[in-house]
Amino acid sequence: MTVDGASPDGNSPDGTPFDSDVWAGVRDVSPLLLGIAPFALVAGIAAVNAGLGLAEAVGMSVIVFAGASQLAAIELIGANAPLAVVIGTAVVINVRMVMYSASIAPHFADYGRKLRAGLAYVLTDQAYALSVAEFEANPERSRWRYYVGAAAALWVVWQVGTVVGVVVGAGVPDAWGLTFAVPLVFLALLVPAMKDRPTTAAGVGGGAIAVAAAGLPLNLGLLVGAVSGIVVGLLTEVFGE
Amino acid sequence: MTGGSALPFGGSLGVWLAIVLIGLATYGFRLSFIYLFGRIDEVPPRIKRPLRYVPPAVLAALVLPDLVTIRPSVAATLVDERLIAGAVAGVIAWRTENVMATIGAGMATLWLFRFVVFA
Repeated sequence: MTVDGASPDGNSPDGTPFDSDVWAGVRDVSPLLLGIAPFALVAGIAAVNAGLGLAEAVGMSVIVFAGASQLAAIELIGANAPLAVVIGTAVVINVRMVMYSASIAPHFADYGRKLRAGLAYVLTDQAYALSVAEFEANPERSRWRYYVGAAAALWVVWQVGTVVGVVVGAGVPDAWGLTFAVPLVFLALLVPAMKDRPTTAAGVGGGAIAVAAAGLPLNLGLLVGAVSGIVVGLLTEVFGE
Repeated sequence: MTGGSALPFGGSLGVWLAIVLIGLATYGFRLSFIYLFGRIDEVPPRIKRPLRYVPPAVLAALVLPDLVTIRPSVAATLVDERLIAGAVAGVIAWRTENVMATIGAGMATLWLFRFVVFA
């Protein structure tokens, strides 16, 4: 166990952060950045349309740094939903991070607390999926350096994209309906997430109930739909055979 | 849509409160097992199983209400530029799994119906 979080882990004796392992992470994440960039733009555009300023939009991207939850929160803020509903909905969306944290934790077990605390901040769907695959395929790799390379590139693109989106979004007429890009981004993520019968049932159930519950007070429809979809997925898994 | 200047939702303070609380909770989720590893090494199955269904359930609950609005008649519900654009984008998402292509196809269809077909 290394106590000093910043100490090298033995795989990169030169001790500099900008080495081949970092660049391997940046290189491998590059194709994914093409998908993240429009997502970030949409987050900025949606924030402007909901009445948020540049500081709030960027503040959210830096502090929350989780796209789906940010877009849901922005939509609910724009609809004047109560604070508790905004927070509750975003929290339900992000609870999946617990899975990623558990799955990647063994790879970071030897690092000090400070380093682990920093690595946790930039944990995202993409950084997680890429890093775990690389750690299994290439055990020689410095884990934290590779992960930081991928995660930091995602972070930079996310922040720059948000700022550009705020600037662009402020100049486009409402009639163009640019916020319609929000459900389109989620649609692009939803389709591959429905990969077997229970996950498809969770999607169909969650979506249908959210539509039916759209008129609920306090904008609770999204939260009710999401929780119902999770239950439908579980029931399909248990009783589906 | 409220335009650029209005401060919704109890003013800017409420927005910042939401941002900070969501950020803290999300960081807690991210840090959870990375921090606890060694004391708790495995997610208990009772937590793990429902977590598998969070992404499809949440994403569908985000998407569908933005595409479908229940109206008095079936025809009025189905003949909606958002639903048509969403259906086209859904097919593109399924065939390409590409975010940019999905946004492009959906927005182009929306504009086609809004500015040409239904205009």
